[in-house]
Amino acid sequence: MSTGRGRAWAGPCFTSLSGPHDVMNDLDLSTRAAIDAVIAGLATAGYICSRQIATAVFLAQHLQKPILVEGPAGVGKTELAKASSALLGLPLIRMQCYEGLDEAKALYEWKYAKQLLYTQILRDRLGEELNGVRSLSAAIKRLQGTGDIFFSEQFLEPRPLLRALQQPRGAVLLVDEVDKSDQEFEAFLLEILSDYQVTVPEIGTIRAPVPPFVVLTSNSARDLGDALKRRCLHLHIGFPEPRLEERIIAVKVPGVSAMLRRQIVALVQELRRQDLRKLPSVSETIDWARALLLLHAEHLEAEMVRETLNVLLKFEGDVKAVESKLPALTEAARRGVAV
Amino acid sequence: MSGSAASPRHAAPALAAPLLRFIQALRDSGLRVSVAESIDAFAAVAVTGLGDREALKDALGLVLAKTSAEKAAFAACFDLFFTRDVLAPLAAAGTPPAGDNGDGGSALGRMLLAGDGTALAAAMEAAANGVGISEISFFTQTNIYGRRILDALGLEALDREIEALRRDAGSAAASRADRLEAQRTRLRDAVRDFVRRQLALHADGKTRAMREEFLSTARLTNLDRSDFQRMHALVRVLAKRLAAKHALVRRRARRGQLDLRRTLRQNMATDGMLFRTSWKRQKIERPKVMALCDVSGSVASVARFLLLFLYSMHEAMAGLRAFAFSDRLVEVSELLERHEIEPAIAAILREVGFGSSDYGRSLEDFERSALPLVDRQTSVIVLGDGRSNYTNPRADILEAIQKRCKRVIWLNPEPPSLWGSGDSEMLRYRPYCHYAGHCNSLRHLERAMTDLLEAR
Repeated sequence: MSTGRGRAWAGPCFTSLSGPHDVMNDLDLSTRAAIDAVIAGLATAGYICSRQIATAVFLAQHLQKPILVEGPAGVGKTELAKASSALLGLPLIRMQCYEGLDEAKALYEWKYAKQLLYTQILRDRLGEELNGVRSLSAAIKRLQGTGDIFFSEQFLEPRPLLRALQQPRGAVLLVDEVDKSDQEFEAFLLEILSDYQVTVPEIGTIRAPVPPFVVLTSNSARDLGDALKRRCLHLHIGFPEPRLEERIIAVKVPGVSAMLRRQIVALVQELRRQDLRKLPSVSETIDWARALLLLHAEHLEAEMVRETLNVLLKFEGDVKAVESKLPALTEAARRGVAV
Repeated sequence: MSGSAASPRHAAPALAAPLLRFIQALRDSGLRVSVAESIDAFAAVAVTGLGDREALKDALGLVLAKTSAEKAAFAACFDLFFTRDVLAPLAAAGTPPAGDNGDGGSALGRMLLAGDGTALAAAMEAAANGVGISEISFFTQTNIYGRRILDALGLEALDREIEALRRDAGSAAASRADRLEAQRTRLRDAVRDFVRRQLALHADGKTRAMREEFLSTARLTNLDRSDFQRMHALVRVLAKRLAAKHALVRRRARRGQLDLRRTLRQNMATDGMLFRTSWKRQKIERPKVMALCDVSGSVASVARFLLLFLYSMHEAMAGLRAFAFSDRLVEVSELLERHEIEPAIAAILREVGFGSSDYGRSLEDFERSALPLVDRQTSVIVLGDGRSNYTNPRADILEAIQKRCKRVIWLNPEPPSLWGSGDSEMLRYRPYCHYAGHCNSLRHLERAMTDLLEAR
């Protein structure tokens, strides 16, 4: 890779991109190959993705930057983290965000009950330790000599963030639905995301031996702060192209015939063009394909679509709005023609 | 490939200038690219290399564009900036016939005849930067910039060369002149296209920024209806910013339940004896906002903008209660909720708009329907000129509101010097406002609102 890179920089200049095609042949194919490898790797993990997503993973890995994934629900934001963990062969550590999440639940907590228990048990031992000491200051001196017993890593209960930093080989850290957390927590994330280290006052700074691969997901329930966005690669996953969606179905629901698959995707894509409160997402397409598989469907038929529509559409109003158009939509999907 | 992050140092200088120009172009088209992000862009390019255009686009997009709107702007900008095939016809037509190896003559002529697209592109780019193409702001400047680029490329020498060849009687010279002329025309076209593209790249954002600057300082009364859309966008940004500040989750209040975990933890020092207790806390409910907007005839010229602000505020703050009034007051929260901006404003104006104002009666309506809902967390915002057609102003109701609520904010499109003149009751209302201010431009609006939200 490095030779390829060097060659590209040593080339005439950046304008070569705006020049004619012959310069484009002189490119380093290794980037392309590396991204292809990521696509293939994610596919083995059961995650079919677009080039852009693969580029994000590739870049995140090399720049050691977190990826912030935004997009509608059910397009596979969380799945991306899981698949990346399989791809990289690293453990997945997941932290679900919610309103009121604080450091004690996200980072670390002292095992206070254990500390309490130990003080009780060790009381006699402490007495022995201090045997023969006359003055108070001498006692304190001796105690200080034994070190901070109760505030050591033994009594530290690591929560997801600290655990992710402590993994000896690194980890994939999934901070799920970060938009649901409070703004204070978002600010607190900044230190971890930019330096991959945290400070525990009693112990000191804990730094990750290998920086974790961080994926943050957001459903845009609120706007995230600029500071957080600046530190991340920003990936927007939208609804997939028909071809991509077909491939996803093929992997996730292998029993469905190619023709039915095409019809399913055509219908769902058409539904996404309707004015609905909640558009069907990839996860819904997969569920629907599974449902149709159970019903032994060969083709889409208006009646069957009507009966299974609640798998795709989650609001009564949406179902009602679509119902009247169903025969036409189904017919169009069967003929493979857009309405 | 190594796993370490490539540092921006690695980026060769040849790469630095164009990438910086690209980032400048992005900023011109309205993206907010920070210095940190441009450093990231260099690092990203160092990783992906320049070979794969698609990968480059994806990578830069990941690093530089952070919202979906920015992504769209980025894609357009990237395509404009890195267009490849402008010089393709020049290169294709430039294959010299046997026997004429293109030597001699002007430098530009040699390049044209050789059909060396890359060299031409580089020369054109260099010439363009030499004449400061990124400063281009208006369509009328395209000709002058095109001319300057051609001059910098050495068009004059080329013209002289063609003239000289024409004077020469030989057929070789004539054919060479023909080809040079054809190439010169193509070059002119190419330069023109190039300049237009640069205009699209650099000027759109600049003119927009200028227009927005003008809009935010212009008096609301002087604004044209055609500015409404753009104003809406500006106001929406403003309202969103205010709402974000407003909704900052503040310290949590005590609820009165013992937090066992924290208590034990705190009393470690006393051997588990509970000396200090710690209580669970709860978030305070978000503050409530009630907005009253005057839509009577006297504020007709600004009513639409006041409503626009009301609408944007409603979009940005959950739970805003909005009222509109002229001679009576109606709640319009639901209208704002249900409709798009234009129909909502039309509906409100149809309902209560352009009547003769009667602040007294409107306040009475408010007292009857909404005063019980006003509590310590409520901010009441009044948008209006306080001109009440000599009716009873009922300032006592405003006083009652002030006593119950967190604060009363009055934003008046008239300057303070006019307050109290004629039928203006502003001076009577003012004692009961925590803040009463002049508000006749977006700038005013923003300043007033920011002051208020910060002086919590």
